[in-house]
Amino acid sequence: MATLGELERSIMELLWATDASLSAYDLQEELADRKLASTTILTVLSRLENKGFVKRSRDARPHQYRAAASREEHMADLMHEVLGGASDRTAVLERFVGQVSPEEAETLRRLLGS
Amino acid sequence: MIAPLALAALAVLLAWPVPLLLARASWPARSPAAALVLWQAIAIAGGLSMIGALLTFGLAPFGPDPFTATVNLLMGEVTRIESWNALALAAGALLTGHLLLNLVLTVARSERQRRRHEQLVRLLSSPLESGARLLDSPAPVAYCLPGALSSITVVSAGLVALLSDEEMEAVIEHEKAHVTQRHDVVLVLFRAWYASLPWFPIAFRAQREVGMLVEMLADDTARRAVPDGVLARAIVLVGAGQDRPAAEPGAAEWGGEASVTELGARLSRLDATPLPRPLEALVVAVAVALLAVPTVLLFAPAALALL
Repeated sequence: MATLGELERSIMELLWATDASLSAYDLQEELADRKLASTTILTVLSRLENKGFVKRSRDARPHQYRAAASREEHMADLMHEVLGGASDRTAVLERFVGQVSPEEAETLRRLLGS
Repeated sequence: MIAPLALAALAVLLAWPVPLLLARASWPARSPAAALVLWQAIAIAGGLSMIGALLTFGLAPFGPDPFTATVNLLMGEVTRIESWNALALAAGALLTGHLLLNLVLTVARSERQRRRHEQLVRLLSSPLESGARLLDSPAPVAYCLPGALSSITVVSAGLVALLSDEEMEAVIEHEKAHVTQRHDVVLVLFRAWYASLPWFPIAFRAQREVGMLVEMLADDTARRAVPDGVLARAIVLVGAGQDRPAAEPGAAEWGGEASVTELGARLSRLDATPLPRPLEALVVAVAVALLAVPTVLLFAPAALALL
């Protein structure tokens, strides 16, 4: 039994993998091995829409869904926050190390004799 | 008139010379826990004495102690208020409101950012057996995302490729320490302090020092699980693998010389002996005294009057 979070991830992976828009029934078919009810998929899609990860087009019936941004764009955002581009990154993160330039790190690595 | 003057003197000491001395001292690296207690005492006692000085000065003419004076003021027993006293009372009230409002805003902003980040992480990472989450990114990073109910430790694929199992354990133990010791709570207090008083020369420095001390505390936890040499290698390897992004707003504050100092300090302290127990106890005693002095100055006269 997959959690709701895992299901969100599976659905996003499917939407990221295609340029086209998908309906809940398309997604249900793709995830057929999990035997999900279409209402479950619609619930997850609406959660993803509320979080801004998915855009819904209401012109067509059934409604069509697509990813709001690519996986790479989201990953870039995330790494931007983690690696310190964002001005207030300590607000969310406690990282393992502070940043050093490759040259500084090389010096330290040499000092450690590795 | 002794209380307002004493409180004002304490406020000045705690706003500038004392935190400056502490930021320059070398012993905190040998006892980060005690130093962290002292930093918190300085911040809280500093705010308390600043507000206390203004309020006790403003209330002085209306009664023998702040409590009686407040009652007299509220009951309408006071017919005439000097402008100096009114000004001090208004400033005290404003400062209190300002500090509290900034604390609330800082906590709310952190929480909003954290939730957004968590949503992204949950979509972009897969769970590992250890409970941590694996982020599919070549950059070697590890961090914890603290939360009120549940915290997440995130490691990247780049980090897993770079580190040996033992070094990885050091990193995970380090991040777990941040979570279990609730370092996020301490850090948010100091961020709020900095947000309230950004013109204070010491506020930024204090925030940075405290950030460094929690890293050292987390390192000490990791050292219980792995040998020092393994931790040192992990620190250096993760530092070496990070490509610094091009100069961006905010990057200058945190990167640059501070980062090398931080890395160097975390490495060199591994050879230093910890502060002896009696000295550690002395630091904690000083912290308690710092909190007691403004508290006594503010409330003792009223307590005596009530008895």
